Amino acid sequence: MKQQLEAIRNAAEKELASVKLPAELENLRVKYLGKKGELTAILKQMGGLPASERPAIGVLANEARTFIEDHIAQCGAALKEHETESKLSNEKLDVTVPGDRHKIGSRHPLTIVLDQIKDIFIGMGFNIAQGPEVEFVEYNFDALNTPQNHPARDPQDTFYIEDNILLRTQTSPVQIRVMKSQKPPIRIIAPGRVYRSDAIDGTHSPLFHQIEGLVIDKGITMADLKGTLDGFAKSIYGEDAVLRFRPHHFPFTEPSCEMDTRCFVCHGKGCRLCKGEGWIELLGAGMVHPNVLRNCGIDPDEYSGFAFGMGLERLVMRSFGIDDMRLLYENDLRFLSQF
Amino acid sequence: MNLSMKWLHDYVDIKTEMHDFSEAMTMSGSKVESFGSAGDEIQKVVVGKILSVEKHPDADKLVICSVDVAESEPIQIVTGATNVFEGALVPVALDGSLLPGGKKIKKGKLRGVVSNGMLCSLGELSLCKNDFPYAIEDGIFIIEEECRPGQDIRELTGLDDTVVEFEITPNRPDCLSVLGLAREVAVTYNKKLTMPDAGVEGGEGKTSDFVNAVVHDPKLCTRYTARAVRNVKIGPSPLWMRQRLRSAGVRPINNIVDITNFVMLEYGQPMHAFDYRFINGGTINVRTAHAGETITTLDGVKRALDEKMLVIADNEKPVAVAGVMGGEYSGIMNDTNTIVFESAMFDPTSVRLTAKRLGMRTEASSRYEKGLDAQNTVPALDRACRLVELLNAGDVCGEYIDVDNSDSTPRTVPFDADWINRFLGTDIDRQFMIDALRRLDFKVENDVVTVPSYRADVEQKPDIAEEVARIYGYNAIPTTMLGGAATRGGLTPAQQFNKSVSQTLLALGYTEVTTYTFISPKYYDKIRMPSDSPLRNSVKILNPLGEDTGIMRTTTLPSMLETLARNYSNRNLAARLFEIGTVYMPKGKGELPLELSKIALGSYGGGEDFYKIKGDVEELFETFGVNTDLCEYKACGDDPSFHPGRCAAILFNGIVVGTIGEIHPEVQANYGIDTRVYAAVIDLAMLMQNAVSERHYTPLPKYPSTARDIAVTCDDAIPVMELEKAMKSAAGKVIEKIELFDVYRGRQIAEGKKSVAFSVVMRAADRTLTDDEADSAVSKVLKALEALGATLRS
Repeated sequence: MKQQLEAIRNAAEKELASVKLPAELENLRVKYLGKKGELTAILKQMGGLPASERPAIGVLANEARTFIEDHIAQCGAALKEHETESKLSNEKLDVTVPGDRHKIGSRHPLTIVLDQIKDIFIGMGFNIAQGPEVEFVEYNFDALNTPQNHPARDPQDTFYIEDNILLRTQTSPVQIRVMKSQKPPIRIIAPGRVYRSDAIDGTHSPLFHQIEGLVIDKGITMADLKGTLDGFAKSIYGEDAVLRFRPHHFPFTEPSCEMDTRCFVCHGKGCRLCKGEGWIELLGAGMVHPNVLRNCGIDPDEYSGFAFGMGLERLVMRSFGIDDMRLLYENDLRFLSQF
Repeated sequence: MNLSMKWLHDYVDIKTEMHDFSEAMTMSGSKVESFGSAGDEIQKVVVGKILSVEKHPDADKLVICSVDVAESEPIQIVTGATNVFEGALVPVALDGSLLPGGKKIKKGKLRGVVSNGMLCSLGELSLCKNDFPYAIEDGIFIIEEECRPGQDIRELTGLDDTVVEFEITPNRPDCLSVLGLAREVAVTYNKKLTMPDAGVEGGEGKTSDFVNAVVHDPKLCTRYTARAVRNVKIGPSPLWMRQRLRSAGVRPINNIVDITNFVMLEYGQPMHAFDYRFINGGTINVRTAHAGETITTLDGVKRALDEKMLVIADNEKPVAVAGVMGGEYSGIMNDTNTIVFESAMFDPTSVRLTAKRLGMRTEASSRYEKGLDAQNTVPALDRACRLVELLNAGDVCGEYIDVDNSDSTPRTVPFDADWINRFLGTDIDRQFMIDALRRLDFKVENDVVTVPSYRADVEQKPDIAEEVARIYGYNAIPTTMLGGAATRGGLTPAQQFNKSVSQTLLALGYTEVTTYTFISPKYYDKIRMPSDSPLRNSVKILNPLGEDTGIMRTTTLPSMLETLARNYSNRNLAARLFEIGTVYMPKGKGELPLELSKIALGSYGGGEDFYKIKGDVEELFETFGVNTDLCEYKACGDDPSFHPGRCAAILFNGIVVGTIGEIHPEVQANYGIDTRVYAAVIDLAMLMQNAVSERHYTPLPKYPSTARDIAVTCDDAIPVMELEKAMKSAAGKVIEKIELFDVYRGRQIAEGKKSVAFSVVMRAADRTLTDDEADSAVSKVLKALEALGATLRS
């Protein structure tokens, strides 16, 4: 019997060594350890042994059982490990294949730059004001101190709806609306569409965008105008931007100025971008004309302020190197998806 | 305004490099646009003296000239011209020279004889007979000026000059003159301004012996001055004057006409010269034209006048259109003997409208339009007459006519140095301010500034501050940050909402577009808008660029479809676009239209269908917390822009806020799109009104939910929304949500029927629902469905 146990043990060890599939392992378990298994069959013969031999054989039989059980467990673990490994290796992906994308949309370049400008001015305590695009002549010209014979009023330049109603030619009428409806202190920018009778080409559009700014308070100075616009320009073009303010004329400001930045391509030497001038015009500005303040019921002896205005399209075109304004209104996805 | 540096030097003595000049003038308020020399086009052309002229051995029509050009020895040039002779001074284009128009001259051989350059005619130097009246046009220019061989020809023609182009702003019409700019230069460089000689002596006779002037409408002509000149000798003006005129781009004509042009450029005051013979009755009437009157102007065109136009007329007929152009027959001719110079101030608006109605904007009219100085008329007249004397062109009469209705009271403005410093944020010395103003021709006495008559733009304290600031230098003003009461910056709720809507649509995959707000009325036809639709009533532009941009849109749908069509024709296979755009709803005459913002979505290609765009709209609404119970999609078969079976009106609380659907195939075809197109338009304000601005947290459920699936068959025509509504109201609060998960038509389902499957999720907040409770709720739901003819599928 002892030899029989020894033989079973050796046979089991040998057979387990060649197991490859979990099903084979299960077959072996049944074959040796099952109710009708070989070891069980031997243990059933124990009854026929002399009582003196039983304990010793019993120990051997248990040893054999534990031996086989351990080996089956080991073999099982090895099989499982192998199985996981091969499953993972079968699942290997080519990680260089492009991913599945959920496409999100693109902001229009005009919005991108406008948002940037809004953020800069909001940071300086400004609010965003709005006004109608179809506007009274009174707000677009008269209240802004524009002389009756000013060329901007000419129907060649301005779209009229009625004698006293037009498509606003500038965002400046928003100044008037804000000053008439709000007491100082006022700090606003007013972005919006404006209209001028220019035929469509690479650098002109009958519809474009302006950003107007207005600050009114006690004791506002031209130095404040310079500081505010200098800060704005440096936020856009970087701290090392070189700026200059030069005299100009607008009917609704006095003194008036234009702000230039030194050309960032040629650094002042003169190139195609700055048309050889070495400077690029950024915006027009000035101290609000006392007539304009009076027209809005604000006492120019008590309050002063400044206003400024700039064209959004030109800023956008420079920001992204766009050479044709028409692209901004054609809305071709091949263009828009670049932003 | 173009300024000749040579001319400028007649009045201001400055020596400066052109870039520095440009920078200095720009910073003191006269912006330099560009500068350059007209003579740059001419290189290596010099004066030559012909030493000999010999016949060409092999050509009858050519001669060989030996020319002294001040080189070590004379050069040989072959020419076909017949007017050359020994001793003549001629322009010589040397080997390697450049002529106007980019023409290059190189040495070569003419019929075997070497020619080292070319002798030039007037035309080859871009000149004409008026520049050098003694020369002939069809031959070599034989120079009669004082000059020496080898001298640069540009010195002779005045082209060795630099011309500066200034941008003159409308407030400074005084700078549209050489003297005006010279004054600015003098102030900028702190130099003396030397005024031209206007000290006319005058002689026998009075102007009033010849003519008298009657101004019938003093409002339109505030000052009329005139002076007669007798014994006029018409001839060419001197070289220096011709050169000055050339530098300003004006063609020399004769001494009298050149004087009027010269004074206009110098003083900024348009001048006119009449031939006395043609002032019938000796009376100059400044009056408006009579109906039916005509005039043939100097350019030879016969023009009809109307009663709004101011004219200069004799006793019979108009002889000039005031401030615009003279009449043809009253102009200066070669046999003119007595002339009358006119120097007048006409109303800017009247001149502008007259010039416009006649379609002839002239140098004179564009100056009057900008507003001139009535007090400048006499100095200009004096200068013109003085020039007549200096040029010995006639005998100036001893006195002149002056009909003066202008207000010559000088304007005064208080001078307050402290206020100026407070206003500018500067600390400028008071004396500096006074000096600067005085240099600008202002008088400063006892804290009062007296403004020169030509500075109509200076009226108030800030105007004085600007004069001080620009001379002090804008860049010298400090930069300070805003002080004072702080304002709290930020977006308004509506602006924030607008931004959030954009962000959501971007996240949903829609790209933002910006379209023109004016459209063609034909766009309404393209979207099949009914002819009686109130939306066709649009704000009309009186003077549009063209019909395509003639009206302000009342709907953004055509703009979106136009944009989709452009993308389609550009072969973009799929598109998802959005615009938050404005529409303009007319309100009536004299009133501004209502401007509303609309969200427009549009898509095609890439597996788009009705439910995709609807899903995106639902997602948008959910993002903003629109109450789904109040939001309804109502089938809409009568919007002609959309597919009648695939269109819904979107309602919030029973009010239509938008439309969604598949675009009608005919509309699609109108836009040339060969694939299905989907669009939605939603009113932004209505969406904001129905959005939840403040969110409140709902505690997470403590008890599990119970779900039951129900599949029913019903008439195909019953909208799913009705089934859902019935189910919800039948079972009440216990129902947490009902989700549709299948709609099926086809095999095993009778014709005209459909199978609809829902998952009904039930939950109680305070306990786990028992099976009985769930069953009872489901049976109520089924009963409600049965009432709609929907029976449980077995």
